[in-house]
Amino acid sequence: MTFPITPRNVVAALVAIGLLLLPLYSHLTGNIFILTLFTRIVIFALAASSLNLIMGYGGMMSFGHAAYLGIGGYAVGILSFEGIGSGFIQWPVALAVSALFALVIGALSLRTRGVYFIMITLAFAQMAYYIVSGMSRYGGDDGLTIYKRSNFDGLIYLSNRVQFYYLCLGCLFGGLYLIWRIINSRFGMVVQGVRSNEQRMQAIGFHANRYRLVCFVIAGTICGLSGALLANNTDFVSPAVMYWTRSGDLMVMVILGGMGSLFGPVIGAIVYLVLEELLSQFTEYWAMIMGPLLLLIVLFARGGIMGLLGRLRLG
Amino acid sequence: MVNSLADPLLRVENLVRRFGGITATDNLSLNVMSGELHAIIGPNGAGKTTLISQLTGQLAPNSGTIHFAGRDVTRQPAYRRSRLGLARSFQTTSLLPDFSAIDNVAIAAQAHDGHSFRFWGNARKEKHLRDAARSALTRVGLEARADVPVSELSHGEQRELELAVALATKPQLLLLDEPMAGLGVTESARMVALLKELRREVTIVLVEHDMEAVFALADRITVLVYGRVIACDRPDAIRNNEEVKRAYLGDQHVVVAHG
Amino acid sequence: MLVLVEQSLNGLQFGLLLFLLAAGLTLVFGIMDFVNLAHGSLYMMGAYFAATFVAWTGSFVLGALLALGATLLLGMALEFIALRHLYGRDHLDQVLATFGLILFFNDAVRLIWGPAGLALPLPAWLTVPVQIIPGVYYPAYRLSIIVAALAVAALLYVVVMRTRLGMLIRAGASNREMIGALGINIKLLFTLVFGLGAALAGLAGLMQAPILTVQIGMGENILILAFVIIVIGGIGSIRGAFLAAIFVGMIDTLGRAFLPDLLRKVLSGAAASTAAPALSSMLIYLLMAIVLVVRPEGLFPAAKR
Repeated sequence: MTFPITPRNVVAALVAIGLLLLPLYSHLTGNIFILTLFTRIVIFALAASSLNLIMGYGGMMSFGHAAYLGIGGYAVGILSFEGIGSGFIQWPVALAVSALFALVIGALSLRTRGVYFIMITLAFAQMAYYIVSGMSRYGGDDGLTIYKRSNFDGLIYLSNRVQFYYLCLGCLFGGLYLIWRIINSRFGMVVQGVRSNEQRMQAIGFHANRYRLVCFVIAGTICGLSGALLANNTDFVSPAVMYWTRSGDLMVMVILGGMGSLFGPVIGAIVYLVLEELLSQFTEYWAMIMGPLLLLIVLFARGGIMGLLGRLRLG
Repeated sequence: MVNSLADPLLRVENLVRRFGGITATDNLSLNVMSGELHAIIGPNGAGKTTLISQLTGQLAPNSGTIHFAGRDVTRQPAYRRSRLGLARSFQTTSLLPDFSAIDNVAIAAQAHDGHSFRFWGNARKEKHLRDAARSALTRVGLEARADVPVSELSHGEQRELELAVALATKPQLLLLDEPMAGLGVTESARMVALLKELRREVTIVLVEHDMEAVFALADRITVLVYGRVIACDRPDAIRNNEEVKRAYLGDQHVVVAHG
Repeated sequence: MLVLVEQSLNGLQFGLLLFLLAAGLTLVFGIMDFVNLAHGSLYMMGAYFAATFVAWTGSFVLGALLALGATLLLGMALEFIALRHLYGRDHLDQVLATFGLILFFNDAVRLIWGPAGLALPLPAWLTVPVQIIPGVYYPAYRLSIIVAALAVAALLYVVVMRTRLGMLIRAGASNREMIGALGINIKLLFTLVFGLGAALAGLAGLMQAPILTVQIGMGENILILAFVIIVIGGIGSIRGAFLAAIFVGMIDTLGRAFLPDLLRKVLSGAAASTAAPALSSMLIYLLMAIVLVVRPEGLFPAAKR
């Protein structure tokens, strides 16, 4: 595998190294906050990457991706509540339920295209939100506290911040590697081709929607994993994590970083969440700045950050 | 040589397609025999592309039947017909713009090489797919441009690539929708020569406006006017058919080619 | 029986309100091919403006009219300054840009009016119950919503179907380039249509304000329902939006009112209490799912381009 020296790749490599060394920096400076912040960022980077798979590579603009954060989170939360604390059970359940939900919602939503698809994925995710809000046994609107993080029988202690951070980072890098392999596989070729020119792909013999659906399910499953990680990170899960504006946040991360670039969502998640953090220290009304900023980005910076970097030339 | 005693490879019966008040395909019947090069001509608006789209499955007819290789494919979706051996090139170039020429062809080859639910191995490294793609590119004369992104190919090269993509699906029947659209003189001649070669291996249905090419290549010609077949015969007969001349060839300067 | 009549009227009222909201959305989408997520924000602004102007002027009607005007102007200003640059762009770009506007509006409202939300009290003459049929009383205000919304719907129908403006609107929906070629000032037309859409959203917002609280984020909740209605009714189709809205309004209201009792007859008490609210909320989405399976293009799609 060749690794060309381009601005994009250099930035990606630097960021990856930075993420790896972060706990060291945190330890040396005594800054715990940055570790917890970046744990959250890494988790969202994984979620955004899974969205990028269907949006950037698959051309499916799903506005309901945050639902899987909730599903994964509630799988952990509900099982923990009911006395099942083992991560070996919780996490596979999180993945399985996410996959199932993605299968059903995908099968229904993929009967539509374009803006219809956006609206419908939005609506279904909101449906999940309402269902979960209605589950009074599990806290309803107030959410569910998770008293003990997922137990992995001594393999890894999620309550240890550094170990947990590296677990999340491992999931992120593992997820990115998986996505990279998928993109370049036969399956990935078809999915990208379908995004590019569906009619052409049908004409040469591919049942386009079948591939879209499988892609959709894979992405939902990966995001379910992020959900399980997120629930562990906050020791809490509530319907708010799957409110549709959260799906919007994920979309923004993907677009900001650069849709269709492998590392883009990671950059996007970092920039978006760091910006959010900085702005909120600056003013309580940070969304008033973020909102128009988003508008401007859409108007002028197409292709996101990776897109801008891609247009630079070294030397 | 056309074997007229055999069953037609493609049998179209009483095909009807309406768009609101317009009848684009008006009770159309047509047979294509295995091994022949069958041209379909007609003035603009005759419904040629509508017909092709119904044959390949992009458009569903209102009534009528289509049989391919003995099977009723009238209700089959496009991807299934492709798998049965029915390939198509598009009138308006329809390629995968984000991919290179060879990728375009390789994906087409991939479609007919087992299933594509493989998530791990690098598809671009599958030797037999790449080889099949390269040979299709060589046939149309594009082997030197294999790694060029489609967006950087000239119009003529894109038309050739369309053909390569269709070929890579190893078709029994090749439906070509104006493959020479927008081609210059040299490129057209090259395309005609290519089609002359291909006709020995695959049955071809050719929709074209380029009369010189049509009369040079076709075994039989079907003339379409307002969605209806007004004549279906050998080129000589068509050239002399009064109704055809009136409806279509009358105003055109036809270069009489030597069949 | 009384409850059924009352709840049916509530359903009708809710449905009509949803129609006003959905009509604006589908109008803008049908004519300008523009997806406006901030439509819910305009709904919210209508409510906030109304609460403010009614308090200033002391008159409900005057305050409402001013709020309507303000929302109309806000919509047109928004279109003129920012949104017109997004016509012709990918729908995804429009979704993201207007999503950014939602963030902006929610915080702007919080800045100007505070986080707590407002109340819009009704004048005395609107709080009396009205006897619609002997023995059945229905709140005057809700009745007036029904009447007003039906009037607006009728007006919309007349404008779109019978006037020159409406003809331009319908023509624009099917062929944008053509009406440009006819020399009509497209930009102005679009601004007006957007303003109309905003006014409809604002009207829905201000009419709902006395019944629900006026609060931040109220637009987002109801926007989803507007989307569902458009999907069910068919994009670009006002008639579809009307029928689907009434349908959705009825199902949602009646479902929430009667489903818990129905469930209690079938399931145990505890199970029914848990399932009922969830199921009531889900009802609309189940409906949408069914429509998607059976007729993906919607029940009454507008004529194709």
